[in-house]
Parts: sequence; structure tokens; C-alpha cells
Amino acid sequence: MTQSVLDSINAGLHQALANNQQVVLIGEDLLDPYGGAFKASRGLSTVYPSQVITTPISEAGITGIAGGMALRGLRPVVEIMFGDFLSLAMDQILNHLAKFAYMYNGQVSVPVVIRTPMGGRRGYGPTHSQTLEKHFLGIPGFRVIAPFQWKGESQIGSPGQLLSDIIQTTTQPVLFIENKLQYLLPLLDDNNLVDQDCQDISSSYQLENPFYRIKMRGAPEPTVTMATYGYMSHLAIQAQKELAFEYEIFCELLVPTQLAPFELAPIMQSVKSTRHLLTVEEGAGSLGWGAEVLAQVASNLGGNFISAARLTGAEHPLPASRQLEEASLPSVKDIVSAVQKMV
Amino acid sequence: MEVYPLAFPSQAKWSYQLKDQVLEFYLKLVLIRRFEEKVLSAFKEGVFHGTTHTSIGQEADAVGVISQLEQEDIIVSNHRCHGHFLAYGGSPRALFAELMGKPVAVCGGRGGSQHLHWRNFYSNGIQGGIMPMAAGMALAEKTKNSQAITAVFIGDGTLGQGVVYETLNMASLWGLPLLIVLENNHIAQTTPSELTVAGKIADRFKAFDIPVEEINSSDVMAISGLAGRLIADVRHYQRPQALIVDTVRFGPHSKGDDTRSQEDLQALMRTRDPLCIQASRIPRDVREDVDQEVEALIEKSYQEALNDPSYDPAHEASVTTK
Repeated sequence: MTQSVLDSINAGLHQALANNQQVVLIGEDLLDPYGGAFKASRGLSTVYPSQVITTPISEAGITGIAGGMALRGLRPVVEIMFGDFLSLAMDQILNHLAKFAYMYNGQVSVPVVIRTPMGGRRGYGPTHSQTLEKHFLGIPGFRVIAPFQWKGESQIGSPGQLLSDIIQTTTQPVLFIENKLQYLLPLLDDNNLVDQDCQDISSSYQLENPFYRIKMRGAPEPTVTMATYGYMSHLAIQAQKELAFEYEIFCELLVPTQLAPFELAPIMQSVKSTRHLLTVEEGAGSLGWGAEVLAQVASNLGGNFISAARLTGAEHPLPASRQLEEASLPSVKDIVSAVQKMV
Repeated sequence: MEVYPLAFPSQAKWSYQLKDQVLEFYLKLVLIRRFEEKVLSAFKEGVFHGTTHTSIGQEADAVGVISQLEQEDIIVSNHRCHGHFLAYGGSPRALFAELMGKPVAVCGGRGGSQHLHWRNFYSNGIQGGIMPMAAGMALAEKTKNSQAITAVFIGDGTLGQGVVYETLNMASLWGLPLLIVLENNHIAQTTPSELTVAGKIADRFKAFDIPVEEINSSDVMAISGLAGRLIADVRHYQRPQALIVDTVRFGPHSKGDDTRSQEDLQALMRTRDPLCIQASRIPRDVREDVDQEVEALIEKSYQEALNDPSYDPAHEASVTTK
């Protein structure tokens, strides 16, 4: 049976709780048989009852409690039921967890992992569908990770393995961005990603976390660089294929898993040769991730660009209506036409 | 870098014996008072960068509670934390240096007045945000079966923050060994608590089934007696406990922002000064010795901190161009 991203994350949590007694999962509605609103935590409270704490609806409180636990030697994992609720924990993240190590002059570490699903296309409306990570990018002392649906060889870098490794080794607070639709996707490997080559290029750039480069198999040199992450990379893979097969436009797709601190080198390297860059993100785009990618590439490449563009979600709250919501989020078709306009 | 002495000078360095608790408490009360007075006067000379919140008048809360904690216990404090830090045994020189932003200070000058960490002492400057942090520490220690308890200091002003109640709820549900010390100085910055707190403060704890004791006193002996009993309860029963200390803030919220009637304050100082209350229990000659020696220690600590090396901005530059 093909493993889904959700299965992988669930397996990663099982592994982290089993391997390390210091790991404690804390969040709302975690207990079996429910196992969390999106089932990422299913089975955990049955196998590790003393390491799973179900909580009241108190996102700020539980994030702060996780910070305190981490200061005293535990490795808490916070599940925030919907990414939209992360704003309730912002003060604890920004003014507490992310600051402790620096303001206490390096005397402490704060190994907290906050997991939460973002994303729309489920019809949940303005407060349960957003992609809000841009507000959490660029906070000093705070790392933001978004897994990619890649299984690779022996699971290294798979969403669950990445999560498990970070939970067990991080010394700083981490936000692990999941996505409601990405949960349902199968993990990819060379057997089911047949037209494309996917490679983790992180070691060439001495990056701590996976950074994927996806090219059309046996195609000419790419002329466009596409950069995206998380669930949007699933749409970008389809767009990449369509652009190659229907329009003979060959793109190189770059998928970081670490969004913050920002890693420029692999994107720069690609844009140097393609000189076309499209960024794709699901959230409202202004002043966001794509803006940072473009700014950094531009300040390093100077005028050596032919074109650059950002494809983003709409600049208004996400509507509940199926048709309105679909019109508010980047689609495969939008990616294809954005690239066509560039070349 | 020099290994910096962060601990309070040991008893061996004092010319007299700290024979009993009465004298030891008095010494710490005076130490905090003189430290804070020095902070306020030196601010006027432009020695410090930024701002400060002093606890003049509230010293008995710090000394009374913290003297009853065990070595493994944890203290979480707030923006008004100098008194708690000094009562815990932190070095006045290191704290002066922290306020001066020096590399050898408590947190290398990064934290400044409100953001301290040393041994099991932590403080932060966001109202109420320290509550879940403290509860998390209590939960961690309970998980580890360490028997350590956590004491968190908040004020009446903090009661406006929602995260306080999230924390009280979970602390009660999970039986966290957490002592919540609410220093009720009846004023939030410049706003009297009549304008900020509805109902009775004690009822807020009772609503969560957290036992609460209230003491209206500036007497360190009375506060320490009650705190000692409550701390033993928290440790034994592994549950939260609230202690409300009705107190008086003699000084401004920060440096010079006091809008209260100075006459009213003077009247309160005559009856509610923790130093005077404790001094009345000590023979005059002994008291004067202590006063002099503390005064000298504060002056020496201040001068040493002044002479400690400063950062060289040229070496520390971390501004980036991208």
C-alpha cells in the first residue's frame, strides 16, 4: 500500500515518542480514538499514554507551557489543530520561545516543535483555510519547515522522518507546516514519479534540511526556475509536466523544506542559468515568501534577469464558496499560464 | 573571558555573623532597597541605557517568598525582577553590569533589566506570558519526579491578560506544583486597580479550584511564614497554590512616571515600609553595621560594574546587507 504524507507524519511521531522519553506531544483532541482533528496523532495516546497530553482550547497557553517544558529538558511537540489558530500563539512564539536562547545569552535551548496544518480547498472558509506561515517567517531564532511529499531512498527526508529527526535533535523552536490536502497525497519516489527526476541537493550546499530539485527526465536544459514548497509543489510538479509536454517549456522546480532561516544558494544557482524565476505560494503574497526570494535573487543577480514573477493566493480572506475559494488559490492552470507569460 | 562571580557575596565576607533569619532578611531587604535607589539615581546620570522597573516598597514579598524555596526550585519573574533576582542570591555587580549592557553581566547585556536568567531564575518582560512558561516548567519537573516546585511572580496588572486564565485552568487540571505569587500593589503602571480589576482577585483563583491565601502585610516575617507553609503544601500535594500579597509600590512604575499623590505615599511609607518593620526587631548598633556594609557593597558593586569592559560596537556589528 502506498504511504500517504499523513501516514508518514503519524509514523514519524510514533518513532519520536518511542525513541525518546523526553518527547511529549501536547495539543487539543489528541486522545484516541479521535487522535487529533486530522488524525496525524492517531494511535499515539494508546501506545504512549504518559507522553501524550490532551489540552483545553488554549493555543497560547499550551505553546507557552511547551516552552517552559523545553527549558527544563523535555522535547515537547505542540499540535495546533488548524494553522489559522497559530496567531493565538504568536506572542509565545515571538516574545518567548524564539527569544530565550538569545536574550538569556545562549544559556538555554528551547527544543519545541509546533506542528500545524495550513491550506484551503476544503471549503472551511475565512478562519479555517488560511496559509499563514509568512507571518512566522523571519523571526530570529525560529525555524520554519514545510515537508515535501518525497519518500526517497529508505525514507530519509520523508515528511515523517524529517519530523522525527527534528523533534529529537533540534535545539531551537521549530514550526513544522503541514497541509490539509498534502496529507492525502502519496509519498513519491522514482517508481511513481515517472516523468521527472527528483534529487535532494542539500548536501551540495551544506544545508541542514532537504532541498529538492525536480527536472523533467531527459529534457533539454531548463529555461525557467520555479520555486515553491509544501502542497504547492504538488501542483507545480503537474504544471511542470504540462509545460513540457504541451508547450515544450522546460522548468526546473526547486522545493526547499526549510523556509526560515532563508536558504538562497540553490535558487540562485538555478536562476543564474535560466534567468527566469517564478515563485508559487498559497497564502496572500504581498510582503511574503516569494517577495523575499525575488528580493534576494535580485540583489545578488543585479539586472541579469529576463523576468521574475510571483504567483500567490488572493489578497483577501478566503471565502467559503467552492467557486470563490477555487478562484482565490493558485491552480495548476495558473502556474502554467504564469510560466507561459514569462518566456 | 573572565569567569564572572554571579552569586551574592557569601556570609564569610561579612564582618558580623548572620546569626538568625531576622538579620539575614533585614540584610536582603536593605540590599534590594539600596540597589534600586542606586539604579534610579544613576539613571539620572545617564549611566544606563533604556529603562527599569524598581520594586521599592515590595522587598518583603521577594525576600519572604524566595527565602523559603529550596535550591532545586524554580523562580519565574516579571518586568519588576531586580528584587527577586537579588533575593535569590544574584550578584548586585552582575545585575548593575546587565543594566549597563556589559559582556560580563548576567545575560551579557542582551537581556537588560527585565530579561534575566541565572541558575533556576528566569524573567521576561511580557505581562502574563511568563505564566504558561512557569506552568511548563512545573509540568516538566513533575514529569521528572524531581520534587522541585516553580514559583511565578505576577501583579494585579497582569490579571488583564487572557493567557493567565488559560494557565490557571491547566495548572489546576494537571495538578502542577506551581506557586503563583500575586504581588498586589494596587496599581498597574499608573492606573489604579479599581479601574482594571473586577470582583475579588481571590475569586479568580477559586474559580479554578486553586487554593488561595491572602496576606495584607509588608512584614517579611509574616510573609515568609505563610510562604513557607504554602510552598511545603505545593511540594507535598503536587498542586498549584495562589498567594496574594497586598503590598505598596513606593516608587514609580518606571523611572519618573508616578502620578500619585506624594502625600498619600509618604503616609503609607510610615506604616508599610518593610525595612522599618524589620529594623524594629534588630538592635540599633547591629542594624547600623548592616546598613553601612550593604551601602558599601552596593557602591563597590556599582563601581566594579562601571569599570567592567564594555562591548566594542566595531567587533559586535551584526547588521546585514542582503
